[in-house]
This record gives sequence, C-alpha cells and structure tokens, in this order.
Amino acid sequence: MAAHSIAEGHGHAEHGHEEHHEQGFFSKYIFSLDHKTIAKQYLISGILWAVLGGLMSVIFRLQLAFPDMDMSFLKPVLGHWINESGKLDNNFYLALVTMHGTIMVFFVLTAGLSGTFSNLLIPLQVGARDMASGFMNMISYWLFFLAGVIMFTSLFLPHGPAGGGWVIYPPLSALEEANPGSGAGMTLWLVSMAIFIASSLLGSINYVTTILNLRTRGMSMDKLPLTIWSFLFTAILGILSFPVLFSAALLLIFDRSFGTSFYLSDIYIQGQALPNQGGSPILFQHLFWFLGHPEVYIVILPAFGISSEVISTNSRKPIFGYKAMILSMLGIMFLAFIVWAHHMFVTGMNPFLGSIFMLLTLIIAVPSAVKGFNYITTLWRGNLIFTPAMLFAIGMVSFFVSGGLTGIILGNAALDIQLHDTYFVVAHFHLVMGSAAFFAMIAGVYHWFPKMYGRMMNSTLGYIHFWISFIGVYMVFIPMHYVGIAGFPRRYYQWSGFKVFDTFADLNIVITVAAVITVFAQFIFIYNFFYSMFKGKKASANPWKSNTLEWTTPVDLGHGNWPGEIPTVYRWPYDYSKPGAPDDFIPQNVPFSATPESNTPEENDLIAKEKEIENIKFDYSIPD
Amino acid sequence: MTQEQHIKPIYTVNPWKFIIWLFIISIIMLFAAFTSAYLVRRAEGNWTEFEIPVIFYFSTAVLLISSLTMHLSVKAAKKDDIARLRTLITVTMVGGIAFLVLQVLGWQELQKAGIYVKGNPAESFYYILTGTHLFHIITGLGVLLYAFYSTFRGKIRAGNTTQIEVCATYWHFLDILWVYLFLFLIYFR
Repeated sequence: MAAHSIAEGHGHAEHGHEEHHEQGFFSKYIFSLDHKTIAKQYLISGILWAVLGGLMSVIFRLQLAFPDMDMSFLKPVLGHWINESGKLDNNFYLALVTMHGTIMVFFVLTAGLSGTFSNLLIPLQVGARDMASGFMNMISYWLFFLAGVIMFTSLFLPHGPAGGGWVIYPPLSALEEANPGSGAGMTLWLVSMAIFIASSLLGSINYVTTILNLRTRGMSMDKLPLTIWSFLFTAILGILSFPVLFSAALLLIFDRSFGTSFYLSDIYIQGQALPNQGGSPILFQHLFWFLGHPEVYIVILPAFGISSEVISTNSRKPIFGYKAMILSMLGIMFLAFIVWAHHMFVTGMNPFLGSIFMLLTLIIAVPSAVKGFNYITTLWRGNLIFTPAMLFAIGMVSFFVSGGLTGIILGNAALDIQLHDTYFVVAHFHLVMGSAAFFAMIAGVYHWFPKMYGRMMNSTLGYIHFWISFIGVYMVFIPMHYVGIAGFPRRYYQWSGFKVFDTFADLNIVITVAAVITVFAQFIFIYNFFYSMFKGKKASANPWKSNTLEWTTPVDLGHGNWPGEIPTVYRWPYDYSKPGAPDDFIPQNVPFSATPESNTPEENDLIAKEKEIENIKFDYSIPD
Repeated sequence: MTQEQHIKPIYTVNPWKFIIWLFIISIIMLFAAFTSAYLVRRAEGNWTEFEIPVIFYFSTAVLLISSLTMHLSVKAAKKDDIARLRTLITVTMVGGIAFLVLQVLGWQELQKAGIYVKGNPAESFYYILTGTHLFHIITGLGVLLYAFYSTFRGKIRAGNTTQIEVCATYWHFLDILWVYLFLFLIYFR
C-alpha cells in the first residue's frame, strides 16, 4: 500500500530527462538500484551490526570487571556458552572479542560508514542522477548482506565463531586444534570476508567512477565538498588494499583446507609433528597489515569528510584551509601504504627496518595535526550552532586529537615493545579510530537524516545522546590507558590469577560501568532514528542552511534526484558568512553574477566565465 | 587561461571504460601481493625447483593468439565489418576456452611429475598463481561471452563499440597478466 502511494507520488513530480516507471515493492525497497535506497540499506544494516557488536562488548566487559559474576541470566541468549556455575565460557570470550572487532571494523565502520555516506552523498553532492552503475551498486550491497548472513550464521555454530582475534594470525587461525573457533567458525569467517571484499571493491570502483566522471556542469575538482574528496580517497585505498587481504585470506584458506604450508612450519601438536614444512606466519602478518593499516584510514577518512562538512556548516564559516585539508588527506592516504610494519615491531624484525617504519609512522602526525588545527581554526570565532550533528562532529575532533597523541607514543618502536598487546593499544585505537569514526557516522546521520527521510530527528534526545556518549567514551578509554601502562594484556579472559593486577580491579569496574552506560545510551539514538523516520517533524529542503548541492533537491526526492535539470555549480561549497552577502550562506549553484555585493575582485573576473560553464555540453551520445 | 582549461565537458569517458581500469588495478594489487609473498617466501630457503611442463608454453601461445584476434575484432567492429567481427570473436572465444583446457592439462602433467598443491610452498604457489589467474580467465570468458552474444544479436557495430572495447581491454590485460606471471614463474623458480 505505502509503496504504491509513494510510487504514485513520483509520477507527477517527474519531468525532465529521466524516464520513470512504476516500481514494485521489490525493485523499490529490496533490489533497488537507487543510490539513496542502497545508502539506507547500508545504514540500517550497519546499525543492526553495531547493536550486536556493542552488546558483545558489554558481555566481555562484564566478564573483565566482575570475573566471578553469575551470568546465568544470559543463559537464554548465550545457551551453553554459560556453564553450570554461571561463568562465561573462556573460549567463547575469545570468540566475542574476535567478533566484536570484525563486526565493528568491517561491517559497521567500513560498510556502515562508507557504504551509507558514499552512496548517499556522492551523486547528490557532485550533481549526478545516480551512481555510475546502479546495478553494480546493488550487487555490492547484496554481497555485503550475504557476507553478513554468513558471519551471523557462524555465531550459532556448536564450536562458536572464529576466535583467533580479528587479525586472524596463523597458526592459531590455521589449525583446528588450536582453538575451538579455528574450525568451522574460521572457515565461515574467511568465506564471509572474501565476499565482503568483493562487495567493498564493487562499491569503491563505483564511487571513484562516479566522482571522476559524473560531475555536473562547473563542478571542477577544486569545487568538490571535502566529503567527496574523503570518499574518493577512501575508495582508492579500498581498491588498492582489499585485494591484498584477499590474497592473504586465500593462502590461509589453502593452508586450512588443502594442506599447503604457506604459513605453517615446524608445528607439534601433542608431541606429533605436523607435515607442514617451510611456511612463515610472519608472511601472513605482512600481507594482513598491508590491508590492515590502510583499513584504519578507510574507517577514519570518511569521518574526516563528514566532520569537515558539518563543522563548516554549523560554524557558519568557510572551512579553514580547504586545500590543506585535501592535501593532508592525500598525504595520509599515501602514508597508509608504507607504515604497515609498525604493527609488527615485536615480530623480531630487523631494528633498522623498525626505525624506518617508525619514522614513516611518526610523519603521519603531520597531516593529522594539520587536520586537527584546521577543524579548530574553523570553529574559532564562528557563529557556532550546536545542532546534535555539530556536537558529534566536535566530539570526533576531540577523540581524534586525544587518541592521536597516544599514536605518537605507540609509533615509537622502543615504546611499542613495552606497550604492545596491552590495553594501552586498545584504548588508543578505540579513541582515534573507533569512537572518532563512530561519532562522525552519528553526526552524519543527524545531519543528513532530513535528506534521507524528509523528517528531522529530535534534537533534545540528540543532546542527551551526545553528552552521555561523549563523557562515557572518555570514561571508558582514559582509564584504559592506565590499565594498559600497568601491563594488562589484551584478549585475556580474566586477570584474577595475577596478584599485581588486583590494585586495578576498581578501575576495571569503572571502565565496565561506563561502557555499559555508553552502549545503552545508543538505544536513545536508535529510538530517535526509527521514531523520527515515521513521526519526526517534517523537514524543509535546506534545514541547516547549507551550501552543497544535495540541499537544492526537493524534500521528497525521487529516483533521479532533481525533478528538472541538474543545477550548475559556480562556486566552492564553503561560502558561509561572506562579507556583504545578505544571507550567511551562498549555495554552490548561485552564480557570481547574482551576488555582486559580496564578490571579491577575483570572483568578479569569474563572471565572464559563467557563460562557458553553462555552455558545457554533455556528450550524451556515449552509450552506457 | 588556466580557468579556460578547467572548463571542459566533464562527462567524456564512458563510465564502463573507466570501471574496467579500476577492476584491473585491483587485480594488479592482488597479484602484486601474491608475487611479493612468493619472493619473500622464496628468500627464506627450503624451496624446491621443478620443470614447468611444455604445455604451459603452448597455452601461452594460444592466449597470445586470442589476444591478437580480440584486437582485430575491435578493429573489424569499428569498420562495421560484421561478418569478420563474428569470425574473429568466435576465434577469440575458442582460444580462451583452449587456454583453460590447456592449463588444466598442464596441472595434470605436473601431478604426474609428482608436483602437488600440498607440496613445498614453491609447488603450492605455482598452483595458486596459475589457479587465481585461471579464475580471472573464467570471468574474462564471461565478459567475452556477453560480447559474443551481443555480436550475434547485431548490437555491436561501428559507432557502438563500447562493449567490445571494454571486453578487449580486460582480455588484453588478462593476457599481459599471464605473460607476466609466466615469466615470473620461470625466472624465479
């Protein structure tokens, strides 16, 4: 019913070049080719995965703070993973941390973040009717969905899902005898990730093609919003690094299932030597981290883009250092490929090699600091409007700065040898990459919700959500640094066996209580999200008075995005509070000839060029 | 002056021609990872040497010929010489399938010589590299089959050659990739 009436609503809104026909429920909501629907599919899948990943963290945090806790109340959910005395199974603990990592890194912060916002914003902000290939885009989502189904199924295996950590180092992950999760759970993990890689590649290829080939009239690269630049760099990183993970996974699959010895050598199980000879587990680490390090930038770059856009709009100021922002993202992208071995300082690598990787790693601090300063200087003396999106974007900057500082410590080989595999590392990456990217994702949802659903989210609930999350995240991760410095190792089921750690039991309880509160605060957001989707206040076309092209579309936008012609772009996206202008924002599609009162002399010279932009003819003869 | 250079029609490349290059880049990265893993592993010693069966040289020749006919079929399509196009694309298809068969025969030859997937990493790598390439040949055959189908439906003609050009780009790439892999495997035995 609903589908039918919306489809009818399209009918009269459409005039222009695009051909439209009535869509059935399946082609409109399930196997949709429309980038906006695919973005929503990614977002909602991402939210569901985030809930699952978040609840997993609650369970293992409870275990860590209260090792003697009676968890029988979880028996209806976890079944035989809670034993008779109400204790969490220790192998299942390992599976939980593995799954938490995998889900959050790949399914939430890669697919959920990049998938949602690249799909939603690329065509809308560059001025395109849809992605370069809607079909590839649809396949990309459904491969992700399939990967998700397989990963979800692995949770219910009798021996549990993969338990070798999200980095799946062999030989732990290669031998079934090593860990119950290294059996069928690991097989499904590998299959799921292989499909996920295919999905991610299809998506990335589409994003790059759309950004480079489908821009509207006048949208030269120097007029692209920073969101688009960040999505472009993210997609390039994905195209270059995911195939390498695939090669690592394929060799692991062969070691596990076909008896090859790429990663295995000289292993004895219960006194019996395995036949595998000549493999090298370090080889896996090199291949894995060659993806693994770019992967963290795949997670954080879209976060940079989203916060740039949100902060500039809500400071009513041009972004400080537009070109510096682009160059620093480019620098980060380039450095991403030559720092991977800083994850491997303790593998016995040549110290000389270690110092080279250390130097390259520390250089990342330069572009990162440029970004940090540019966000702060954009905020400086702006007419700040604290929408929930703005608060979350500022929160992202805060986490990125405070988490980035410990990155400088960990990047030093000498210090890393002390801190490697402690909670210091966990605290570091949860702040700088996890929470920062997560906050930017939430900021993006608050900011672009009106464009996705034509309604506003409740801002009071947004403020409550922000303050609990912001304080909560720091309450979790600042103490965790101390726990890490004290020497608490990662991935341990419980520490009560070590007398020395008893002093820190209270600190662990603080972390857990804060974590539980923070995770449950996210349900405020989820309630707000689903409630506002149907009952929220109706949004206007441009509720945040923003400049980019997506806000020139009607509230109820159909397939094809603009009912008439696609607007032409004349200026960069950050003309906020321009001296002399009557409004404090001038959208990108307003020509300089219409704003003589606010033009600079250089911009007056550009008026002559406007005709040329308008006369650009698109070569529609190129067949698809 | 610079401003004038900026203002050009933007939508000049067919998206599919661009997309295929991005696919090619990702495949290059995959094989770059494999071959560098190969070199790293080889440097560590415990590495067996074996003769590459002659059949792989034949398969290389067959693939090179099919690449040539692919090139000629694009030329024929541009000249609107449909009859010639049909013959050439059929030859290309047959060449691709022959390559597939020859590779599998080559593997059987290796097995007879006692070289198994399960053996020394040198042997496993040989199967992995040729096998992954063969998988991509199968995807290439899929693309080729689609172009073949379009040819016989009369959809490819002068002025409408995007599909066959994209197909040719991919097919040539797979050919060059094989030559690279083969030389690599011969040189770094």
